[in-house]
Amino acid sequence: MNRRTLAALTLTAALALAGCSGGAPDAAPTDAAPAPGASGASTALTLADGWAKAAPSGMSAAFGTLTNPGTADVTVVSARTVAAARVELHETTTDASGASVMRPVDGFTVPAGGTRELAPGGDHLMMMELTGPLAAGDELTLELTTSDGTTASFTVPVKEFAGANEHYEGHGDDAEGDAAHGTHDD
Amino acid sequence: MARTTTDAGRADGTPLPGPAAPVAPARRGVSRRDLLTGGLVAGWGAAIALGVDSARRPAPTAATPAPEPLNGTVVVPFHGPQQAALTVTPQTHSIHTALDLRPGTDRAALARLMRLLTDDAARLTQGRPALADTEPEMASTPARLTVTFGFGPGFVAAAGADVPAWLAPLPAFSIDRLEERWSGGDLLLEVACDDPTVLAHAHRMLRKDARAFTTVRWVQQGFRTAHGTSAPGTTMRNLFGQVDGTVNPAPGSAEQARAVLRSDGWLEGGTTLVVRRIAMNLDTWDEVDRPGRGASVGRRMSDGAPLTGGVEHDDVDLDALDGTGLPVVNIAAHVRRARATTPDEVFYRRAYNYESETDGAGLIFTTYQADPVRQLVPVQQRLAEADLLNTWTTPIGSAVFAIPPGCAPGGYVGETLLEG
Ligand code: HEM
Repeated sequence: MNRRTLAALTLTAALALAGCSGGAPDAAPTDAAPAPGASGASTALTLADGWAKAAPSGMSAAFGTLTNPGTADVTVVSARTVAAARVELHETTTDASGASVMRPVDGFTVPAGGTRELAPGGDHLMMMELTGPLAAGDELTLELTTSDGTTASFTVPVKEFAGANEHYEGHGDDAEGDAAHGTHDD
Repeated sequence: MARTTTDAGRADGTPLPGPAAPVAPARRGVSRRDLLTGGLVAGWGAAIALGVDSARRPAPTAATPAPEPLNGTVVVPFHGPQQAALTVTPQTHSIHTALDLRPGTDRAALARLMRLLTDDAARLTQGRPALADTEPEMASTPARLTVTFGFGPGFVAAAGADVPAWLAPLPAFSIDRLEERWSGGDLLLEVACDDPTVLAHAHRMLRKDARAFTTVRWVQQGFRTAHGTSAPGTTMRNLFGQVDGTVNPAPGSAEQARAVLRSDGWLEGGTTLVVRRIAMNLDTWDEVDRPGRGASVGRRMSDGAPLTGGVEHDDVDLDALDGTGLPVVNIAAHVRRARATTPDEVFYRRAYNYESETDGAGLIFTTYQADPVRQLVPVQQRLAEADLLNTWTTPIGSAVFAIPPGCAPGGYVGETLLEG
């Protein structure tokens, strides 16, 4: 069990998510839902060290480390939050010109017993059409759905962050591209 | 030289496990580090545990020297009833930063701010990167990093609480030449660490997370004798070359707890901090010969021993007379004037030297006490009236902060003020 997640969850009830009034309230958050597994054993996808980038409007992104303690691979196929009209799963890749670009993917597979890092310049949860400002220190609840239809909610803090500047495939005129964020040194 | 801890009761931290610690310390019986593992025992609690431990630990023998872990791996627990810094031997480097709240920062915003900063501190002090840390590698060797938060009057007022009478500028003293740029502030961050690079990273991380809520008022960077330079327990020297800090409650001691802890309301288990920036004129001090230097304090320059004899930690005999019937210790010597005249006047000093081409030299003179007005002001008043050291020293900055208690995992520093 991840202490950060627990801590975040205990805070959820006490905090109103700025900019989200009127949104459908999430069900009482659970830190994890059973992941699909042949054995049916209790396995739970977790998001550790999660956080989201502050943004006054428009788009933002959320990050963290997904861990799959189960014995079968788990694929996150969608995500949602009351803070944004939609959430896309994005990966970062290099286009023909060598520039780093982000593009939607169908799922994030987290290997059995393994982790998958969501980080600026890499895979991330892209929030489109924010329903209100995401301010530093807000808490954001995200619900992830895996390929078998189970969902898990995670609450993460919002932080100001200078990086994670999006540059989309086919949208050369977007916010300033940031090739450095596509460079992985590990 | 034996590397023993002389002031029992100190909880100076515990080394990180893992590859960052290349040499596993030899374990014999219950070690101090065992007792501290898990970060659950901190501050004065740990001090009690340490007392037990030092009694049980076998004396090291020459044949089996216990290799010390790298100092970079040593961790001071973050969570606990008190904020940790004042319970450990002061680290080599310190940055005190005073921030002012941006207009409109209300109670809810303060809670968001303190949650963010607490989370940063809880991670960085334990050798883990902060969330959204762009230089995570710089967090891996905390080198006894501590982070302390303090609230100025503006912070408490913005939280909607009554501002205690003592949480205000100290009364003006005749010797003061205070400058606005070193005085006041709504929120204090003190980061202290034995490594300046790690410190700079932690400081920047906290500043980045404070930026949405605050602007910078002043930053005071200071240093003391570096880790490894002198035997542990050696009193530091200030830039006048004086042994400075001899008569002072030991960090983590019961005496210190008595002097600094409060027991009221949201400050129960907390304390108060006064930050005085005191310029020291090294050029005019240069004109003073050794006898005059010792006389100004009442202790010897060479080793800090009383002018009335003995060794450093002996008391100065203020009543001693010389052969002509005059007091050995000058009537305006610093220790005569500064010495506590009642138990109330005891406070904890945690000074840092500063020196730069642009800002000159001096002391970031900080004191922790339960009540600055009752404990510190009478002493500062006496020194303002007469103290030979005033010839070469000038207070140029002053600020007073409430230091809230520490927090448990999942909580945050300031919750006692900002929740409920
Ligand atoms: C730049 C300014 C100062 C310098 C260079 C300085 C230096 C010293 C030195 C060398 C000692 C003797 C060793 C020791 O016990 O630590 C001392 C003692 C002391 N100082 Fe200062 N000091 C300064 C300012 C202050 C101020 C502003 C206060 C309080 C308002 C203060 C309070 C004390 C106390 C309480 C002692 C211990 C007295 C005793 O009981 O023997 N000092 N200081």
